[in-house]
Amino acid sequence: MTAVAHLIARLEAARAGWLRLPRQTLARHLVLAVGFGLAFYVLSVYISPYRDSQLATAAYYFTALVGLTVLTGLNGQLSIGHGALMAIGAYATVLLIGRAHFALVPTLVAVTVITATAGGVLGAGAARLRGPYLAGATLALAVGLPALADGYPGTFGGDNGLTVAPPTPPASLGLSFPLTRWEAWIAGVGALVAFVVVANLLRGRAGRVFRAVRDHEVSAQLVGIPVARTQVLAFTLSAACAGLAGGLYVVVNQLAAPGAFQLSLSLSLLTGVVLGGLGTLGGAVWGALALVFLPAWATNLSHAISLPTNVSSNLPLALYGIALAGGMLLAPRGIQGALGRAGQWLGVRLRKSTSNEEGSDEQDHK
Amino acid sequence: MLPRGEDVARGALRVSGLSVHFGGLVALSEVSLDISAGEVLGVIGPNGAGKTTLFNVICGFVAPREGDVLWRGHSLRRTPTHRRASLGIARTLQGVGLFPALSVLENVMAGADHRRRSGLLSGLLGLPRADRDESELRAIASTMLERLDLAEVAQRLPDSLPYALQKRVALARALVCEPQLLMLDEPAAGLDSGDIARLRELISELKGSMAVMLVEHRIDVVTELCDRVAVLDFGRLIASGPPEAIKSDPKVLEAYLGAEQPYA
Ligand SMILES: Nc1ncnc2c1ncn2[C@@H]1O[C@H](COP(=O)(O)OP(=O)(O)OP(=O)(O)O)[C@@H](O)[C@H]1O
Ligand SMILES: [Mg+2]
Repeated sequence: MTAVAHLIARLEAARAGWLRLPRQTLARHLVLAVGFGLAFYVLSVYISPYRDSQLATAAYYFTALVGLTVLTGLNGQLSIGHGALMAIGAYATVLLIGRAHFALVPTLVAVTVITATAGGVLGAGAARLRGPYLAGATLALAVGLPALADGYPGTFGGDNGLTVAPPTPPASLGLSFPLTRWEAWIAGVGALVAFVVVANLLRGRAGRVFRAVRDHEVSAQLVGIPVARTQVLAFTLSAACAGLAGGLYVVVNQLAAPGAFQLSLSLSLLTGVVLGGLGTLGGAVWGALALVFLPAWATNLSHAISLPTNVSSNLPLALYGIALAGGMLLAPRGIQGALGRAGQWLGVRLRKSTSNEEGSDEQDHK
Repeated sequence: MLPRGEDVARGALRVSGLSVHFGGLVALSEVSLDISAGEVLGVIGPNGAGKTTLFNVICGFVAPREGDVLWRGHSLRRTPTHRRASLGIARTLQGVGLFPALSVLENVMAGADHRRRSGLLSGLLGLPRADRDESELRAIASTMLERLDLAEVAQRLPDSLPYALQKRVALARALVCEPQLLMLDEPAAGLDSGDIARLRELISELKGSMAVMLVEHRIDVVTELCDRVAVLDFGRLIASGPPEAIKSDPKVLEAYLGAEQPYA
C-alpha cells in the first residue's frame, strides 16, 4: 500500500506542478485538445486499418453526442431528432463536395452553419414545446426527414442516396497510408473542435445559464435570463454539432442515404448520451465508444447463437434498450458518473489505508 | 396633469387599476398603489387574497386584464419578465426556487448574470474577455455571499442546506441584481425565531437603499419593518396606511375574522 500511496503523492505533486492546466479558458482547452489529439494520433497509428475506421466512427458519434450533451444534458430539452439533423449535415456535405466542388474544410464549416440554422428554426418552434411534446416533434422530424430523400430522388438520390469520392491522404504520407486512418484523423480533428467549443461553453456563463434554464425556468426569468432565447440557442449549438457529425459521417462513409439516418440512429444517439453520462464531455466519449462497440457485439452475439436475420438485424437496438434500462438501474448517472464514484471510493479507501498505517502508532498509545 | 417628473420623484413603482381574472375567479380587482424609492411597503391579507398575484403582475408573469404597472414613469406592459430584472426589479418566490444543480455560488452568479458585458461568441471561444467577466461575476457573487454569511456554503448544492439557509441564498440571488425594487414573498415563512431576527436586521439594513415590498403573515415583522401597509382581501385593496392605523382598522379586522390565519 505504501507504494501506491507514494505513487498517488507523486501524481498529486505532478498535478500541482507541470500538469496544471492554464487558467485561461481557451488556452486550457487547447492544451487539453492537443493532449487528446496526441493520444488519438498514437492510437490511430498503432491499430489496424479496421480499428481506424472504428475510431473514425467513434469520433463522429462523439461530435453528435457533444451536441446532445449541450441540449439534453445541459439545457434539459429532449430531442429524438438528432439523427435527422445529422442527415441534413450529411446531405449538405455530399451536395457541396459532389455538386458544388467545395473543398473539405470549407464544406464542413458551411455544413455546420447550415445545420445550425436549421436547428435554430427548429429550436424556435421547440422553445414553445415542453417535455413530451418536444420529444414528439423531434420524433416526427426523425421519421419524416429521411422520407424526403425518396420524394426528391433527382436531388437526393432516393433510397440509394448520394455518394462522394473518399478524401485522399496527402502524398507525403506515402502510398500505402491506410485511407481509414486518414479519415480517422479528419474525424478526430472535427471532434476536437467540437470538444473545445463545448468545453468553453461548459466552463463559462453560457453553461451556467443553460443549466439554470433547465433547472428552474421561473427563477431563470426572474434573474433576467431570456428563457426562450436560451433554449433556441442550445438547440442551435446542438444542431451545429450534429451537422458537423453528419459531415464527418460522409468523410468516413462516402455516402448519404436515408437508410443511415433512420429513427434508430436518433434513438441510439440518445442512448449513447444517457449511457455515457448526461451533461459531461467524458460521458460523450463513453457513449461514442458504446455506440461503436455495442452493435459489433450484437452482431457477434447473433452469429454465435445463430439467430434468424430479421431478429439479428434488430438486435443492436434491443441491446441499446437493455443497456439503457440496465444502465439506469445500476448507474443512473451513466458510465462517467459511475467512474467518478468508483474513483472517489478508491481514493477514500487508499487514503484511509495509508492514514491507518501512519496513524497506527498513535492508536496503539490510546 | 402632473409632469412625469412628479412620478419619478414620488417613487419607483405605481400600480394603477389592476384587475386580474383567472377564469371566473377575480384574483385582483382595481388595485392601485404607489411605492417610493427606499420605502418598505407591507402587503398583507388572508390566504388567497391576491398578494402573490400582485407580485406576479409586477414582475411580468401575469398580464393584467385591466390597469398598468408604471416603473419610474414608464409602462411595463411590453417589457418581458427577464428585461424587468435588468431594470432593477427583483423578487423572491414564495417557496425557495433555487437552481438545484447549481452550487450556491453559481446560483448567485446566475442572479448577477445580466451585469455581464461579453457576448456569446467570446464565451464559446473562451476568450480572455469572457474569463474576465466570469471572475467579475464571481467576485460580485462572493461579496454578496459574505455579506449574508453564506461564504462557507458557497460550493454546496442548495438541497443540502437547511431551509433557512436556502431562503437566504434566494435572497442573495435577488440582491445581487442590485435591485431598485425588491419583492419578498413571505421571506419569514418556515424560519425559526433566530433566523427571523436576522432577516429583520437585514431588511432594515436595506431600508432606504431600495424600495421593498414585503408580503408577510407575521404582523410583528410587518409592524416593525414597514413604513406603510396595504391590505388585500379577495383581490381588493381594503386599506392602506401606517402599520399602527392598519392594526385598528375595522375593515381589516373584519377581513381577518374567521380566517384560518390568526392576525396577531
Ligand atoms: N395561475 C393561476 N391560475 C388560477 N388561479 C390562480 C392562479 N394564481 C393564483 N390563482 C388564484 O388566485 C387567488 C389569489 O392567489 P394568490 O396566490 O395571489 O394569493 P396569496 O394572497 O398570495 O395567498 P397565500 O397567502 O396563500 O400565498 C387564489 O384564489 C388562487 O387560487
Ligand atoms: Mg402567496
